[in-house]
Amino acid sequence: MALLQRVAETHRQTVDFILDGQPCQALVGDTVLTAVLIQRDRLRIEEFNGAPRAGFCLMGACQDCWMLTEDGTRLRACTSFVVAGMRLVSV
Amino acid sequence: MNNLSPVIVGAGPAGIRAAATLIAAGLKPVVVDEAIKAGGQIYRQPPDGFTRPKSSLYGFESRKADRLHHLFEAIRPQIDYRPGTLVWNAGADHLDLMASDGAAASLGFSHLLLATGATDRVQPFDGWLTPGVFTLGAAQIALKFQGSILGPRIAFAGTGPLLYLVAYQYAKAGADVVGVFDTARFADKLAALPGLLHGIGHLAKGMYYVAWLRAHGVPMYGGIVPLRVEGEGRVQGFAWQGGGRTKRVDCDAVAFGLGLRSETQLADLLGCRFAYDDLNRAWLPERSLSGRTSLAHVYLAGDGAGIAGADAAELAGERAALALLEDAGHVADRRRIALLESRLKRIAKFRHGLERAFPLPPADWGGAALADDLVLCRCEAITAGSLRQAARDLGVTELNRLKALTRIGMGRCQGRICGAAATAILAAELQCAPKAVGRLRGQAPVKPLPVVTLGREDAA
Repeated sequence: MALLQRVAETHRQTVDFILDGQPCQALVGDTVLTAVLIQRDRLRIEEFNGAPRAGFCLMGACQDCWMLTEDGTRLRACTSFVVAGMRLVSV
Repeated sequence: MNNLSPVIVGAGPAGIRAAATLIAAGLKPVVVDEAIKAGGQIYRQPPDGFTRPKSSLYGFESRKADRLHHLFEAIRPQIDYRPGTLVWNAGADHLDLMASDGAAASLGFSHLLLATGATDRVQPFDGWLTPGVFTLGAAQIALKFQGSILGPRIAFAGTGPLLYLVAYQYAKAGADVVGVFDTARFADKLAALPGLLHGIGHLAKGMYYVAWLRAHGVPMYGGIVPLRVEGEGRVQGFAWQGGGRTKRVDCDAVAFGLGLRSETQLADLLGCRFAYDDLNRAWLPERSLSGRTSLAHVYLAGDGAGIAGADAAELAGERAALALLEDAGHVADRRRIALLESRLKRIAKFRHGLERAFPLPPADWGGAALADDLVLCRCEAITAGSLRQAARDLGVTELNRLKALTRIGMGRCQGRICGAAATAILAAELQCAPKAVGRLRGQAPVKPLPVVTLGREDAA
């Protein structure tokens, strides 16, 4: 189940991206964090004990929301905007 | 005068007001800001294409937000504006920058005004790593900046003015607010009344949020202790202790915060002298009411130098800019300075009242009461027990030594999140005051950088 629900600003254009190999849609102006948490309840699997994480501060301070793309690039999900064709990995 | 090259870090209320003041005196400051748009956190502007009116985004503060945004647009052609840019290191006469595309640059300055703002203050508790637990500030950003809510069933826990404000904003936006859980007691708020009367407008707004929440059937609890967030893999409930009993409620998310903490890393890297501040329960760079620091040419304003809120930030931004101008040989407007300082003093009295109304939980909750297996460090999964063990077995009495031995505060967040908890645990272990264990020293880069940025620095 998703962690985020849209309650406003839903008339923006859509953006197609890939999450864990599946085609997904976000809206222009979504951060990567929003785009993913509208679909999922995690952003990544934490590297120390394998637990899921979904971010914490949303203002670029806590560094909890780093995500990987399929090519291994790291993105801070709360301060990066989703871009058409992005291929994100949450596992 | 024309050879001055002032740099302002931060484009919130303090930074914008400081820039406008310097421009009025004929200077052209550089304004560096991490955000893509000016306004800071409180007056944060949504991305392009978002259409909600300011009255919906900022509520009672919409006029102030609008005024500040307009001021920024008016001065924007006269400043060298660097949005989306991180200052990741500070030297005696230059800053190291990284633009949002990863490009590195070095920026020299003759005078530096830091208006770096604040983040939520948190204390770890059982289950706080569960997806669905966010800070109060995060909950507000999701709504204000993205038109989305966490939840939809959400518990608001902790203390501070933001607790009631964000709960109100969420309930109004259609969230199912299952409760507001304040660690401060009602009696604290009564005792704080004399101080709060110095900010009667803010007091009235706070009372409005509480009355609105009550009228809309949102349960509110005072004097609680958060016990745990329930749920494997995502939040399923929140448990707390209140009135001597343990209770729980189902929810999908928890927004948590204990007031705000200043972002002081750049002042630290510059070598500003710090002192422990009892009101903020934190080490802060020393500054006078004028915004001057222990270093000539370095000035501080806004919440980044001690929490006082947006109104104070605007006043302090102008005041610090006037100090900068005076130090650079401009004639000072004494009447304006006196007016700004008297307003700042009045807000300081209100701030003391707020601290009584929303006192932080007792130190033992964040210290001795935490279980050994509780993970304090979100970055590297370091536990409370490993800190205690280092204190006991290795005789650690100082925070930076604790960091070296356990890696607490060494992860990607640089101790922003875990620093207060590490301090509380070490102080509890040594049975001393928090300030006696010292403070985590800042390290560059203050936030993570791609290695390619470090390899590509050009002078700019």
